[in-house]
Amino acid sequence: MIKGLKKWRLFSLLAVFALFMAGCGNEEISTFQPAGQVANDQFKLLLLASGIMLLVIIVVVIIYTVALFRFRRSKLGEDHIPEQVEGSHTLELLWTFIPIVLLLILAIPTVHYTYKLGDVKAMEAVDDDGNAENLVVDVTAKLYWWEFEYPDLGIVTAQELVVPTDEKVYFNLIAADVKHSFWIPSVGGKLDTNVENVNKFYLSFEKESEGLKDGVFYGKCAELCGPSHALMDFKVKTLPRDQFDSWVAGMQETAEEPVVANADGEEVFSQSCIGCHAVSGVGESGAQGPNLASFGDRNRVAGFLEHDEENLKDWIRDTQKHKPGNTMPSFSKDQISDEDLDALAEYLMGLKVAK
Amino acid sequence: MSSVAQKSGFGATLWDWLTTVDHKKIGILYLLGGLFFFVLGGIEAMIIRLQLITPNNDLVSAGLFNDLITMHGTTMIFLAAMPMLFGFMNAIMPLQIGARDVAFPFINSLGFWMFAFGGLFLNISWLFGEVPDAGWTSYASLSLHSPGHGIDFYAIGLQIAGGGTLMAGINFLVTIINMRAPGMTYMRMPLFTWTTFVASAMILFAFPPLTIGLFFLTFDRMFGGNFFDHTMGGNTIIWEHIFWIFGHPEVYILILPAFGIFSEVFSVFARKRLFGYTAMVFATVLIGFLGFMVWAHHMFTVGLGPTANAIFAVATMAIAVPTGVKIFNWLLTIWGGSIKVTTPMLYALGFIPSFVMGGVTGVMQGAAPLDYQLHDSYFIVAHFHYVIVGGVVLAIFAGLHYWWPKMFGTMLNELLGKITFVFFFVGFHLTFLIQHWLGFWGMPRRVWTFMDGQGWNLANFVSTIGALSMAIGFTVMVINIIMTTIKNERVGNDPWGDGRTLEWAIPSPPPFYNFPATPLVRGLDTLWIEKMEGSKEMITPAEPITDIHMPHGSIIPMLMTLGLFIAGFGAMFHQETSWGLGVLIFGLAFTFVTMAIRSLKDDLGYYVTKEQILQDQENIKRGRN
Repeated sequence: MIKGLKKWRLFSLLAVFALFMAGCGNEEISTFQPAGQVANDQFKLLLLASGIMLLVIIVVVIIYTVALFRFRRSKLGEDHIPEQVEGSHTLELLWTFIPIVLLLILAIPTVHYTYKLGDVKAMEAVDDDGNAENLVVDVTAKLYWWEFEYPDLGIVTAQELVVPTDEKVYFNLIAADVKHSFWIPSVGGKLDTNVENVNKFYLSFEKESEGLKDGVFYGKCAELCGPSHALMDFKVKTLPRDQFDSWVAGMQETAEEPVVANADGEEVFSQSCIGCHAVSGVGESGAQGPNLASFGDRNRVAGFLEHDEENLKDWIRDTQKHKPGNTMPSFSKDQISDEDLDALAEYLMGLKVAK
Repeated sequence: MSSVAQKSGFGATLWDWLTTVDHKKIGILYLLGGLFFFVLGGIEAMIIRLQLITPNNDLVSAGLFNDLITMHGTTMIFLAAMPMLFGFMNAIMPLQIGARDVAFPFINSLGFWMFAFGGLFLNISWLFGEVPDAGWTSYASLSLHSPGHGIDFYAIGLQIAGGGTLMAGINFLVTIINMRAPGMTYMRMPLFTWTTFVASAMILFAFPPLTIGLFFLTFDRMFGGNFFDHTMGGNTIIWEHIFWIFGHPEVYILILPAFGIFSEVFSVFARKRLFGYTAMVFATVLIGFLGFMVWAHHMFTVGLGPTANAIFAVATMAIAVPTGVKIFNWLLTIWGGSIKVTTPMLYALGFIPSFVMGGVTGVMQGAAPLDYQLHDSYFIVAHFHYVIVGGVVLAIFAGLHYWWPKMFGTMLNELLGKITFVFFFVGFHLTFLIQHWLGFWGMPRRVWTFMDGQGWNLANFVSTIGALSMAIGFTVMVINIIMTTIKNERVGNDPWGDGRTLEWAIPSPPPFYNFPATPLVRGLDTLWIEKMEGSKEMITPAEPITDIHMPHGSIIPMLMTLGLFIAGFGAMFHQETSWGLGVLIFGLAFTFVTMAIRSLKDDLGYYVTKEQILQDQENIKRGRN
């Protein structure tokens, strides 16, 4: 009997927990489950603002409900003429000053966090040898993909941002064609990638992406940028510093020791793809197409399709069907035969950096 | 010429409506035009929600989806909400201040036709298959990049419609300043008139930036200008500033008249003087003023820097204070009143909690660092629908039921009105409440589709169901309007029984000259004062009945706009066709010729003689008995 009750308790506890988690969204993308200092600050501000606002709503609803029940004509009689009150100075002052106080309570942390989150002075800091003290990533948003250059490390990648955990990572953001906006909901708010100027901000990643559903955080484009705006996703892999360093080393090696999983595929690649795509992770941003040095490690094809050879081949055959308005040409059977495509897919899937 | 005698027949009626300069008829034209575009925008909204009902849906293509969201936003703001409010302003405001018409009846007509042709121009894009697709904000880098003529339709269509809005605004301003009846001091004006006044002043300052922005965009796209092309030394952020310097006041231009409508409705159906009238007036003016100081809160994520963001964050929060003052004054108006829940009152009562929720989420987004998360997510979609639908649209529906008898002489069915409210109101909350959470859960706005497995499926499904309920509610309202019109049961001066302002002292609909003799105003709620004194005529005339000077109708406003409409197509096609330039010149010349005719041909109007008025009043009285 008692045992049964305990089970029931456990069950209801689980149910409540599940409901709570559902209300919090998915961990890899929800702002309700902050995975870094920036998102956390913003979440704290959200709680404060929601609290104040809830108070306002409750006060209004109480007055409203009482008025609605007490002063119905059906109760007061059809002929009742209420007293024509002009107003009340005391009340006007009351509901002017109380909101001002409430807003001040919100305004002070708002201004504080605005400056805190906008502080990028440390970006320029260098140690005695002239090396940058902090990791800086240059992000270039393009129709409809993301390029991530690590200028101090001499490497570049695309679609999947790889960053170390537990340190501030600084970003330079710009768009190459039209305006986009760079947003990793669970790690911090967005910042636009304008076409004419570089925007700077920082994020800090305080949770390893390893344990997440897909092993990555989700990143989004948050500014309407054309037909495939909805598909302009990217992923974020967060690694402990030592693993990040070995990833960087791996990327740097791809220049000298490329991985060739299928020699025929490499041949096809060098005929059809190399004009736009690089397979060496060493370089700078500004490429025509996404860098593919770590393609095999990635989580998605074209940023949003399941990462398998079938999807990859589908994508190459008809890019417009999957991502309308993107700038990659499609390749027909005349251009790349089915066998060549199989080889190419195997080659691309073999491009791995992670050991 | 006899003016009271009326020609009949379809042609004569059509001609009468095409040439009318009567503010009441123009009000009806605005209202019907607005309703038409409201239906269009509503259909677009339904398709948007149906596309998002499940993940990876392919009801519409990605390109078409962007067309739909752009046209939905643009249509609802410029062609539905504003014209319907203008309809009420036109039809009711002159009656509230005891005027015979607006100050410039000809310009009033011109303003309407510019709205109508501008809206038509914008929507003809659907027939060309090249539809605006850069969002209603049409941010420059994307709008310059957009292929086809879609954005050209946006720029020229809005330019024409915007010109009409500017004219209407100036007209209302001059009317309220100059044409108030004797004794109607500023601090005795009904709140709807006050909000019309402030909104018009805002139009005067907010629309010129839009005009300039649209000209820049037009020149960039059609004539090789480089205002926004950053590769040629232009700057896209300038567009964002210009757009929001217009765009933020624009939302207050929408919401202030809505506040005005609710102020009237609360006071009438609580049978009580508006609580804190003076505070309400000052709050309105303050909101209008602050409305120009906060545009950059739409741009917190643009990278303006922490100082700009902090200043605009605090300024934005400040607007909550006068808005809060209004909410509490409305609450205190019904407090101690005698509340009768009619359909308009139902909308007003629904408005309070809805708008408070929309308001507080606005303050949340005013907190800049928090906005970095909420901006361009579904949270903002929820927020602005809570203020626009929960504020403006509910006000329009309230006004529609409230003033329908005054405008058309018949009462909308109360039961159907309440059914409309229930479906619409429940549907509205079902659609948009959950979208706050979609935003928190990371869903960006303006997405054509979404992948499975991001935790957004159920919320999107619920949202779409809510939208369908709103559609059902609106359909019931259309049925209500049709049934009421067919039944045609005429009503008297004050069908609600508790009218407080001047419009309820004259017949429904009023005679074309409104007041046989200009009324004398002896205080706030003019009619209420007369009622309490047991006055029989309900109006104390300020002067004896004399001949009334009235303007002639004119087709010129429509022709003037037609010229601009034609010129628009010329401008759009002048680069790729040989005839484009010719059409552009012809259209502009046509407009100039009509302007010249207007200037050179004297039209001194006509007089309605005292005898005709007395006869007409006699007929009205006899008709009543």
